[in-house]
Amino acid sequence: MSATAITITSGKGGVGKTTTTANLGVALAVLGKRVVTIDADIGLRNLDMVMGLENRIVYDLVDVVEGRCRLRQALIRDKRLTELHLLPAAQTRDKTAVSPEQMVEVCNQLRPAFDFILIDSPAGIEQGFKNAIAPADQVIIVTTPEVSAVRDADRIVGLIEAGEKGTPRLILNRLNPDMVRRGQMLSQMDVLEILAIDLLGIIPEDRQVVISTNQGLPLALDGKSPAGQAFRNIAGRLMGQAIPIMALEPEGMLTRLARAIWK
Amino acid sequence: MVDAAVTIKGTTDGLVISLGDGPLEGVLAEMESRLASRASFFLGGRVALRVADRPLSVEQLQAIGAKMEQAGVTLWAVEGEHPATLVAARELGLETNLRLAQVPIPPAPEELTLEEMPGRVFRRTLRAGQEIHHMGHVTLIGDVNPGAEVIAGGDVIVWGKLRGKVHAGAMGDEGAVVCALQLAPSQIRIGSYIAQPPERSRLPKSPEVASVQQGAIVVERWDG
Repeated sequence: MSATAITITSGKGGVGKTTTTANLGVALAVLGKRVVTIDADIGLRNLDMVMGLENRIVYDLVDVVEGRCRLRQALIRDKRLTELHLLPAAQTRDKTAVSPEQMVEVCNQLRPAFDFILIDSPAGIEQGFKNAIAPADQVIIVTTPEVSAVRDADRIVGLIEAGEKGTPRLILNRLNPDMVRRGQMLSQMDVLEILAIDLLGIIPEDRQVVISTNQGLPLALDGKSPAGQAFRNIAGRLMGQAIPIMALEPEGMLTRLARAIWK
Repeated sequence: MVDAAVTIKGTTDGLVISLGDGPLEGVLAEMESRLASRASFFLGGRVALRVADRPLSVEQLQAIGAKMEQAGVTLWAVEGEHPATLVAARELGLETNLRLAQVPIPPAPEELTLEEMPGRVFRRTLRAGQEIHHMGHVTLIGDVNPGAEVIAGGDVIVWGKLRGKVHAGAMGDEGAVVCALQLAPSQIRIGSYIAQPPERSRLPKSPEVASVQQGAIVVERWDG
């Protein structure tokens, strides 16, 4: 069985691609799948830190592509979840060090040994993005509910549809229901009205995320975190399970009043 | 008014601008004014310059190139018979070996009424960064997202949400209109008029038409 290669991209930087890649990788591995994550952000690598694996990097993607090591030697196996591996990016080079054809070749070598290949795309629409997209069977776009992120995501959707990679699916990250209710944040409907692609999942705003990325402990391992649960749900959907999207509506005043009266 | 000194033709490879005889200054002035009259339609296009046996120096070619840049187009090739012109062109890195298929563009706007213009139907949603550029009318079945752009010589009719930028009558025709099921463009231009609609927190509920009336762009409900 050959792996499904999924690229996680966004256009805008800082919306949660790397966090999403790490957490989906963990969630899929917890469900028993063989997963390799690839950091395609050469020069500004982050996936290794978010996964807590940065101290174990010996070889990276550029070493593989330039023939200084075998692919197996560059893969880092997670100690907690042995089905999860990382192919890190190089810190000292840049996006021109790898070509789309080379990315496809590396992924083809990985396909027989894994169920999922998750590729963390850099921000932007240039070489790094093109490298990350080249091997993709599916594309996931991450956006936050703010106008500039949605604008960039729309651009990316246009590029992906034009590049014959099918229609991407959306993860809406950092949704804050209270702010939506107060009219301070775009709602899920506002975002989907512009992007008009299938919604794969919503990750609620969760202060734990920053702590977890700093510590290199992906939230998908945390049973109590709402964001972690959302990532686990998305992993289930990627495996074909029909998991409904969590209702994130905050309690309105009338609802709270009713609950107090009818307790 | 047709002037034989300068002709502008569209080809599958960009524009071909032919400069006729006569003092260069006058001919270039004519070229500038012809380019300006269709400014936004030509934006970003590339130009092959055809000069028959007129000799042109490197400085003159550079000056011509600069005038073109000002009009938003780029000189990339020179077709000419005079050896001095060809040498100068090659020195500037311009292509001199051309065989262009000709697809003549329609006559100047003053010769083609809104009713005579060709129209094209597009069935897609325009996403951010995408644009449609057409010399006649544009009918789009789909949305124009924020960050997308439609530029048409004629009318623009959007059977969907219009939220990006739109320019109707782009070749100078102020009688052109912009219609949409939900008209909420970030910027609207008709002919040489420009308007930035006020922020609308909700999309309009019914179709609207924008047109130029008494010196300004006016938006009205479409009552049928």
